[in-house]
Amino acid sequence: MEPILSRNFNVPDAWRLSVAQSRGAYETAKKVISSGKPLDVVAAVTASNLRGLGGAGFPTGKKWQFLPKDSSKPVYLVINADEGEPGTFKDRYILERDPHQLIEGIIISAFAIRSHKAYIYIRGEYVEPFMRLQSAVDEAYAKNYLGKNIFGSSFGLDIVVHRGAGAYICGEETALLNSLEGGKGFPRLKPPFPAIVGLFGCPTIINNVETLACVPHILKNGPEWFVKLGSPGNGGTRLFSVSGHIKKPGVYELPMGTPLREMIYKHAGGIRGDKNLKAVVPGGISAKILTANEIDVNMDYDSLRNAGTMLGSAGVIVMDETTCMVKALVYACKFFAHESCGQCSPCREGTGWAYKIVKRIHDGQGAVKDLETLLTIAKNMEGRTICVFADAAAWPIQSYITKFRSEFEEYIG
Amino acid sequence: MANITIDGKPCTVKDGITIIEAIDQANTDLPRYCYHPGLSIAGNCRICQVEVEKIPRTVIACNTRVAEGMVIHTKSPKAQESQKVVLEFLLANHPLDCPVCDQAGECKLQDYYMDYGVYDPKFDEMKVKKSKKAFSIGPTVMLDQERCILCSRCVRFGDEITMTHDFGIFDRGDHARIDVYPGQELNNKYSGNVVDICPVGALTDKDFRFKMRVWYLGTQESVCPGCARGCNISIQYEKSRPYHLKSERVMRLKPRENETVNKWWICDEGRYDYKFIDFNRIQQARIRKNGSLVEVPWLELLEKTASLLKAAQSGSAWACLASARYTNEELFLQKRIFKDLLKWPLAFYAPGQEGSEDNFLIKKDKNPNTAGASQVLKFEAAAADMTPLVEKAKSGQIEGLFIFHHDLAKIYGPETLKTVRQKVKTIIYEGSNQNATADAADIVIPAATYAEKEGTFTNFEGRVQRIKKAFEPIAASRATWQVLLDLGALLGVSFTYKKPEDIFLDLAKENSAFRDLNYKKIGSQGAVWNKP
Repeated sequence: MEPILSRNFNVPDAWRLSVAQSRGAYETAKKVISSGKPLDVVAAVTASNLRGLGGAGFPTGKKWQFLPKDSSKPVYLVINADEGEPGTFKDRYILERDPHQLIEGIIISAFAIRSHKAYIYIRGEYVEPFMRLQSAVDEAYAKNYLGKNIFGSSFGLDIVVHRGAGAYICGEETALLNSLEGGKGFPRLKPPFPAIVGLFGCPTIINNVETLACVPHILKNGPEWFVKLGSPGNGGTRLFSVSGHIKKPGVYELPMGTPLREMIYKHAGGIRGDKNLKAVVPGGISAKILTANEIDVNMDYDSLRNAGTMLGSAGVIVMDETTCMVKALVYACKFFAHESCGQCSPCREGTGWAYKIVKRIHDGQGAVKDLETLLTIAKNMEGRTICVFADAAAWPIQSYITKFRSEFEEYIG
Repeated sequence: MANITIDGKPCTVKDGITIIEAIDQANTDLPRYCYHPGLSIAGNCRICQVEVEKIPRTVIACNTRVAEGMVIHTKSPKAQESQKVVLEFLLANHPLDCPVCDQAGECKLQDYYMDYGVYDPKFDEMKVKKSKKAFSIGPTVMLDQERCILCSRCVRFGDEITMTHDFGIFDRGDHARIDVYPGQELNNKYSGNVVDICPVGALTDKDFRFKMRVWYLGTQESVCPGCARGCNISIQYEKSRPYHLKSERVMRLKPRENETVNKWWICDEGRYDYKFIDFNRIQQARIRKNGSLVEVPWLELLEKTASLLKAAQSGSAWACLASARYTNEELFLQKRIFKDLLKWPLAFYAPGQEGSEDNFLIKKDKNPNTAGASQVLKFEAAAADMTPLVEKAKSGQIEGLFIFHHDLAKIYGPETLKTVRQKVKTIIYEGSNQNATADAADIVIPAATYAEKEGTFTNFEGRVQRIKKAFEPIAASRATWQVLLDLGALLGVSFTYKKPEDIFLDLAKENSAFRDLNYKKIGSQGAVWNKP
């Protein structure tokens, strides 16, 4: 397969405008802006079956169409570059190695939704990506690819790069908006949805980095081409972050629906030290874990949902036979207890409670009833909060304990 | 309008309201912590879970809008299970120090545990300790972060009602805590309200803390006499332990909801101004004999007063200083006796007594019944000013003064009181609290405070509101309306009133502003009079 999103990842200095332009950057944007037809862009993106690649998989074109048609308020485009899901580092590659691909996507998308101001909210810990991105934005401004009258058209766009301060929850789109406004990173109640009341109370579209990086390619090659790349209902390719006990960890651009087994053993070179596979987390730490027997599944939204887990952020974490699942769950629970924003009571109390129990089991102080308590806490947290953080925290607990129960019981003794 | 069903009961409600609003309108119970009708929707406590048919999961009632045909269950097994598990989370890190918590008895954690929670606790871990237990966050309020359930009502109160932005939520997860911003304290004119809206014992009132368990409190509806707004309040008093706290009766004042007057709030000035009810009172009827005030039986006092008044009928140089701190009913009797019968000059307003005002609740006029006094006594604003009468008294043109409530020393200075005392032969003082004017009087009539009598005040907008008797007048003091009825009888006026309501009905007959009003119509929320 010809790489699309990752085509410049291994080109030296592709983050510099001159190199990016020698490889075609901004040509599509120029063509689209000059054509002056925003609705055509929306139609193309809708027809392409592009789905949000941050984790939720919501159809991008449909999201754009939620914007009110006759609002007197400005429309904002916010780019979620707060890539914090453990096991996920694909946006980092785009920001660090090919930021112009993203900026071009932002220009076209902002044009499509008639926005003149875009905010890139970048994870605070991403220092190098931030510096590359900022310098790319500066270079684009210098060439008037950003600013007023882009490509000599009447369309203008400003991009602000804003660094987060380290909270995982700020990757949740409405917490991100609050953080961007200078407030505490608390997810907002929905409705109203950001498309209606978003940043500074104005209609706002929030898209993931990888999602917008796809947009120039869709416009260049046509939506049908993009549809064909993917699986039914899932357009395009996908950047998979593969990590853990694997021979060749890294970002792999593969078609949607690539079998997981093929991804692990063919593309990523198999298990480290040729050990046996024990488990795989297919979509970031929140996704329910798959056992070694469950990896004959295609990596797309629908297949993984049918397998009882999710594609999420496409962060594939591979665990070999040496992995202690109790320890693995301790880390997952600690992460969620540390990152819960503390707004909703089930999540605030549930994540900390679950971590304490799992830690106690790990430390040899577990009791037989603990596993039932953990499953009850997880069940009770699910679906009772403002955002899906509590659900995300519940899924590892449920899947690790049900699928590897004997390991937990060994600890309890 | 939308037709919905709540717990099997069909209701018709306004379109677009939230389920919790519909539930409140239907008088159905539903637990809630973060929801408060006066504040924005936070949706964070998650306890108000209800089951809505055709929606797979339970939803929070505070942030779900009603829709035509919606079938809502608040007590179905699914709804109750959901409420129960949320409550279990809320209690997980709560210290459960109810035995030493001042909120016990009016704590929503306790109440809802008994109503909705009741489960075997599964939480076996160490609870999260906060760095400080109870500490002062301002002149009136204490904060205990461990008891806090982070409902954010206090944060929203500061952000949305007072705009003083006092509170924030610091840290994350189960270490999140409410606090005032560094270097700031909770010190605004409405601070005390955060204690009322705090559903648990996290914010407590320094003035009330540890004074009394709330289940020993009696409560009576009343109206704050602190300014012309007439905020609706509840007087909360000790009802069964007179030996407690040096026989202090009033324990605290709480705001009482009134959509048009004060919503859910009162100012701190009104909230903490109740000590005069129990302290520094004029306790006995007294007459000056041989230069000093001597305690006398009521009959002697009334007869002596009546004989002085009789001798001072029209033509004599007596005057009456009435007060806008008295009820409409009492002012009506004052008018009948002093103006209509005795034909004395009469005034009630003391200029220069105005205080601060804001654009929320607090009014400049610190009298609760100026509008009523002007109307009942039929005064134009200028004629209400008692200063000319006091000037006349100072220059020796007045022979006798009947003073209600006012302390001349406080209003016009001690020198004025001294001069008036020298020039005026007889001074009769009627009031509830001791002051220099009472000390200088020849006859001192002990009056009941607003907490010890019935009647009505008219607020600055013309809303007539009832005050009710919380307890009997202190010692020998009596309600002014009763004293005036007795004096009237001794002066030969045959009043047939048995209670303040009878007086009010007569007032309503005579004065068009009050026409067609009665105590039933006034109810607990007041009624606006006819525009005079």
